[in-house]
Formats: sequence, structure tokens, C-alpha cells
Amino acid sequence: MADFVDHILGLNDSWFGHIVAALVAAVLILHVVAVGALLFIWMERKISGRIQDRLGPTRVGGKYGWLQTLADGLKLIAKEDVTPDLADKFLFKIAPYVGLAASYAAFIALPFADGVVGQHVNTAVFFVLAVLGLEVFSVILAGYASGSKWSLFGAMREAAQVVSYEVPLGMCVVVPVMICGTMNLTTIANMQSGFFTNWLVFNDPFTFMTAIIYFTCATAGVNRAPFDLAEAESELVAGFHTEYSGLRWSLFFMAEYSSMFIVSALASILFFGGPHGPIPITEIVPFLSSGGLGDPAKQAFTESEGLLAGWDLGLIISRIIGVTNLLLKGLVGVTIMMWIRWSFPRLRIDQVMTMCLKYCVPLAAIGFLGATAWQALDLPTASSVIGTPRYKHHELWTADHNKDGSKEETISTPVLETPHEDDTHAEAKTVTENTVPVSVLRGGNQ
Amino acid sequence: MNLLAVAWEYWHQSFFILFAACAIGFGFGVLLSKNVVRMAFYLVLSLGSTAGLFFLAGAEFVGAMQLMIYVGGTLVLLIFGVMLTAQKDFINMDTHTQDWILATIVGGSLLMVLLFAAFGAEDWSKPQDLTDAKIESTKEATPLGLALTGIRVDTLGDSGDAVKQGKSGYLMPFIIVSVHLLVVLIGAAYMARTKKLSRATDDKSSRAKLMLFKMEQETEQLEEETYVVTHRGQSALNRTDSQDE
Amino acid sequence: MILIGTVSVSWYLAVGASLFVLGAVCMATKRNLLGVLMGVELVLNGANMNFIAFGSKVLRPEGSLGLDGQLIALFVIVLAAAEAAVALAIALNFYNNHNTVDVDRANELNG
Repeated sequence: MADFVDHILGLNDSWFGHIVAALVAAVLILHVVAVGALLFIWMERKISGRIQDRLGPTRVGGKYGWLQTLADGLKLIAKEDVTPDLADKFLFKIAPYVGLAASYAAFIALPFADGVVGQHVNTAVFFVLAVLGLEVFSVILAGYASGSKWSLFGAMREAAQVVSYEVPLGMCVVVPVMICGTMNLTTIANMQSGFFTNWLVFNDPFTFMTAIIYFTCATAGVNRAPFDLAEAESELVAGFHTEYSGLRWSLFFMAEYSSMFIVSALASILFFGGPHGPIPITEIVPFLSSGGLGDPAKQAFTESEGLLAGWDLGLIISRIIGVTNLLLKGLVGVTIMMWIRWSFPRLRIDQVMTMCLKYCVPLAAIGFLGATAWQALDLPTASSVIGTPRYKHHELWTADHNKDGSKEETISTPVLETPHEDDTHAEAKTVTENTVPVSVLRGGNQ
Repeated sequence: MNLLAVAWEYWHQSFFILFAACAIGFGFGVLLSKNVVRMAFYLVLSLGSTAGLFFLAGAEFVGAMQLMIYVGGTLVLLIFGVMLTAQKDFINMDTHTQDWILATIVGGSLLMVLLFAAFGAEDWSKPQDLTDAKIESTKEATPLGLALTGIRVDTLGDSGDAVKQGKSGYLMPFIIVSVHLLVVLIGAAYMARTKKLSRATDDKSSRAKLMLFKMEQETEQLEEETYVVTHRGQSALNRTDSQDE
Repeated sequence: MILIGTVSVSWYLAVGASLFVLGAVCMATKRNLLGVLMGVELVLNGANMNFIAFGSKVLRPEGSLGLDGQLIALFVIVLAAAEAAVALAIALNFYNNHNTVDVDRANELNG
């Protein structure tokens, strides 16, 4: 991105290019958050309406009422921002921003397509999860600072729930990380390019199970129904945001919907191929696949002369397809969450904790062990059974990986052996250690 | 603009100053704040800035771990404790003045010693040319994991002596830490469990009697309250009726 | 600007030392049990900062601890989590038995 800006403005690695690039990336991500929230809230109303056999919003913005959220947003901005008397004023005011900042910052490391990412982070998976985990603070702070019992109860429930659901969530995320051997989300996504059989969810039965557990835990982790005990209307008024009104209230919802999207997008990258579709358009069409791996930023602007000279148009189009693909997959995930919300009754708090500790954690552990065993025993995956082709991304990745692996192997052998070779004492020791148990065993047998 | 340009040239230093100021500033917030919930909030920000410093020093994985385990796990636990014990009297607790004086003297002298030590060694205070330094995406997670299983990929270039002197890995500490965590899990659950018996009433029948007595009291109270409420409601209704008439 | 130009290991150590001292003073002065715990967390972070600084290849291209520093930092983080869990259990037990979190009131063993 910085290279691109430098190229267009004719600068040479200047601070200005970097800052402009950072601003552009930030604004783009902000659009995903804000426009996403607008869209999702409208979708939620429409879907809940249809599930309950009613129409949902119909008036504002044509037949489908798609401007309803915007109208509501305007109304919320115009509303009075009330701070209760008993509230801890400073914390009460800052709490919604903490939540929004956390779910916004998690987008930094989320790759929308190969190379379309705010900042390449090598441990992106952990980064996203870690930053998303900070969102719980906003709820706790809001709950405490409101000075209301309902808010405090909601916050306590949320804290307990989120902290316990992070355990199975982390275990599920480790499975794709283990299979791909990297925590880089771009690499994990690229490894699954090609037909949908290459997706990790179809890698083996255990990954399939893990994907389902991941989605369940993610739903609980972002406090969606049926796990939305923190804002259970029937018992806690509105939970942690009981005392909030106006714009601050809507910020909580923006945070909730954007974290819904981010866990769905993470699911699609980890298990459902990310930007690589069910049908590999970008790999089949030769024009589009001319880009490929390597340093993506530099390949797009090879041999720069004019403003757009050296553009790899195929790469650009393939990236646009990838971004659209990922956004659609995230949208599907969010829709499923809404579907679940309006179909299932809410659980009790003890049922939520039981579900996490007695079912999700053991199942995630089984999934992890099973997937490890599947890899270790080199059992067939879906793509190898059906025989779907793997494309360039994967081949490059495998080659790279094999090279790394062999390098590590050749180097690591002497480490394990040097102490024995050089040190005669150690050698003697190992020898005696080896012989002693055998003789003891024999003695025992006799 | 000029300031920005300078800041860009020294981007590492600028971010260092930003994060360090945040870490120390919010650390002071923890120290000076009287409200225990605010202390927790400042602690979150301070540790978050520390994670930023870790990223800046090139320790990406540890930084992410700091955010995930420390800020996301440990501090949530702490805040949990704060909220479970946050009764009116304990939210704001004053420190005795003599404590402040003593702590300031001891802490100040300790800080002096540590700073003297930090800047004393020439090797440590040697400035690095960081104007062009970029945080390369270091592939540290795999070597870290291998080191935890006892294989040191990164020290292979070293001479054999270094490998022999206990630098061959961290398998043993890793196992000890794992067992430690398990023990802690069980121990914490055991200690924090709700105690069903109160010491004063060991006898089962007496406890049952006590419970019955309490329940009776409560029901009586409830009945009284409902009586009062309905009575008042009735009278209020009557009053409105009469007004309407 | 002279100051900015010279970020070295020492400056990281200085930040670590400041966090350490802040935490130590916090431990000494707070009367709330959980405040003392927060002091402990600050102290551990100050120590961690030193490990990271000594292990950083950016700050010390030659002679850095390398991965050893990061590994010890990881162990510190994990042990801090364990410590917090146990300390919190103790705090809650203390609160249940004494109805207070004032550490000055925990003086039963004071002969």
C-alpha cells in the first residue's frame, strides 16, 4: 500500500506515503465496520421479521426498508446522552469506545484477500483473537460504571462467559494452525485455494467437527443468542447497556456487529478457504492467475513508468474477486448467527457454562487430538480422495514448507546428537541407562 | 508537517516514547488512583502499552501472548475479583500517610539504583541506528515452539560449547509449568469453592431449624409487604375513584 | 532530538525499572488486597520488559539473548496467570471469612 501511494505521488519511500497509506487502510476498514453494522442491523430486522412471519421494516428507503438503520442512527444521534447519577462518569463515558476500538483494531491483521491486509502480522491468528478478547473490558466497565444492578449482573455474566469460551475457541483455532504450520492468516487461506474440497473443513472428520465447535464458541464469544445472557431482556432489562442511550448505546451495537463479522470472517479463513472460492475462478482463468504469490505489492507495479504502468490487471481483478468472496462468506456466517438467534430459545447461565466446560472443551480437545493424529498418520484428506487439483498457491506453499522442513531436519539432527558424540561421559551414561533396565527386566522374568 | 517528517525519520523512537509514556503514565494511574476499578482499568492500558513495546522490540509472539493471556485472561480474572469484592467501603481505600512517605523513599532509591544500573553498562546503552530499522516479520513462533519441546533451531550456529551448557531447550521447564498450571487449576477451584457449611451450625437438625426459621421470617415479611402494597394500592384506587366521581 | 536518536537497551531497561518500582510501591502502599495484586502484575511486567529488551535482535544485533529472553518472558506470563488465579482464590476466601479486603486486617497470625 505504501509502495502504491509512493508510486502514484512519485515519492521515494517517504513518511508521507506511509501515512497516507495507513489512513486509506484505516478508512477502508472503518467502512467495513460502519457500513457492515448498518447492513447487519437491517438484515437482522428483516430476517427476524421473516422468521416470525412478518415483514420487518418496509417504509424507509423503498420497498425493502434498507435505509431503516440510517434513519435509526440519525434518531440516536439526536437523542440525549444521559449519564446516570450513580455512574462512575469517566468510565461510563469511555466504555463504549473501548469496545469499538477493540473490535476495530482486530481488523488490522485480517486479510481480505492475498495481500489485501491492513498490516502483515506473522502471528495474525493470535493477534485477532487477543484483540477481540479485549472487547470484554468494555462490557465489564460499562456494567460497573453504570451504577445499576442489572448492568452489573450482565457484566459479570459476560465476563464469566467470555473467559470460559476463550478456552475451546483457542483450541479450535489451533487445529488449522497446526495443519498449516503457520499462524499467518494469508498463508492459511492460500493453502486452501482451489476447489472447495481443499478447504480445511473437509480435510478430515475432526476438522469438520472443530469447525462446528469453533462457530458455536464464536457465537458465544461475541454474546449472540442463544448465549446472550449478558443482555437477557427477560431478566436483566437490557444487561450491561441498560443505562446507555443515544450514540453511546449505538456504539455498543456497532462493536457487536463488527465482531460478529470478524469471527465469521476468521472462520471462513481458517476453515472455509477464505478468499478462495468453492470454484477456483482465479486459478482456472489464466489471465487472472498471472499474478500469484511472491511480494504482492511489488508485483502489481513492476517497472513503473507512467501513473498506472506495469499494473498487473489480472492480479487486481483476482484480488477484487477474493475480497468479494471473503465478504460474502463472512455475510453467510453472520446470517447463520442471526438464523440461530431467532430460532433457538435462550439458555440459562448454568446451561451456558455447562455447555462450555462439559461439552465444548472436551470436544475441542478430541478434535485437536484427532486432527493431530490424522496429520501424523498421513491419512487421506478429502481432496486427495476425490483427486481435485491443487493450484499454484498450494504448490508454492508446499514447496516452501518442504524446503523449510528439510532444512530444520538436517540442522536439528546434530543438536540431538552432539552431546553424545562429544561427551564420552554422556555416552557412557546413556549406555548404562540402556543396559540397566534390560538386565533388571530379565532378572524379573527369571 | 516538519514535526511529522522528523517523527517519521525516527519512527521507532517516536513509538517507543509514545508506548513508554503510556505504560509509565498509566502505571502512575494505578499507583495514585484510589478507586480500585479505575486502578484495574489503568492497569489494562499500562499492560497493553507494554505489549506495544514488545512488538516494537521485535517480539511479536510474546506481544500477542501478553495481550491474550495477560490482558485478556489474567486481568479479566482480576477485575472479576474486584467486582466480587467491590462493596462500598472497599472501593476507595486511603493509604496511610506514613506508608506513602516510606514507600516513596524506598521506591525512589530503588529506582535510582535500577536506573544507574540500566545506564551504567556501556554495552547496553550503545545507541543503535534505528532510522532505517523495519520490523521484519520475524518467524519466531516455530523456533519458540520447538525450543519448548527441547529443540533449539536458533542456536545451531553457535559453537558446541554453548549447546552443551544447558542451552539445548526448555522441555523440562515446560513440563514443570504445565504441571504447575494443573495444580493451580485444581487448587484455585478448591479454595474458591462455596462452603456449604457454616461453622456455627454443625448440627444438621439445628441448621434445618435455622433455615426454617429464616424462611418463616421472610414469608412473614413478604406478607406484610404485600399487604401494605395492596392496601395502599386499594386506597389509592379508591381515592382516584372518588376523584373521578 | 538528541534523546530520541538513541533508543537503546538501556531505555527499555529504564521503562522496565519504572514499572517495577511503580509496582513495588503499589504493593507497599495499597490496602486493598486486589490493589496489592495489581502491583505484583506491574512488577512482573517490569521484569518481562528486561527479558524482551535483552532478547531483542533489533536493539542488540550482537550478543542478544535471542529466543531465550522471549521464552523466559513467556514463562513469566504463564506463571503470572497461575499466580493471579491462586491469589484471587485466596482473596475471595479472605473476603468470605472476614468480610473485608483490607490487608491490614489480616493480622490473626500476628503473635
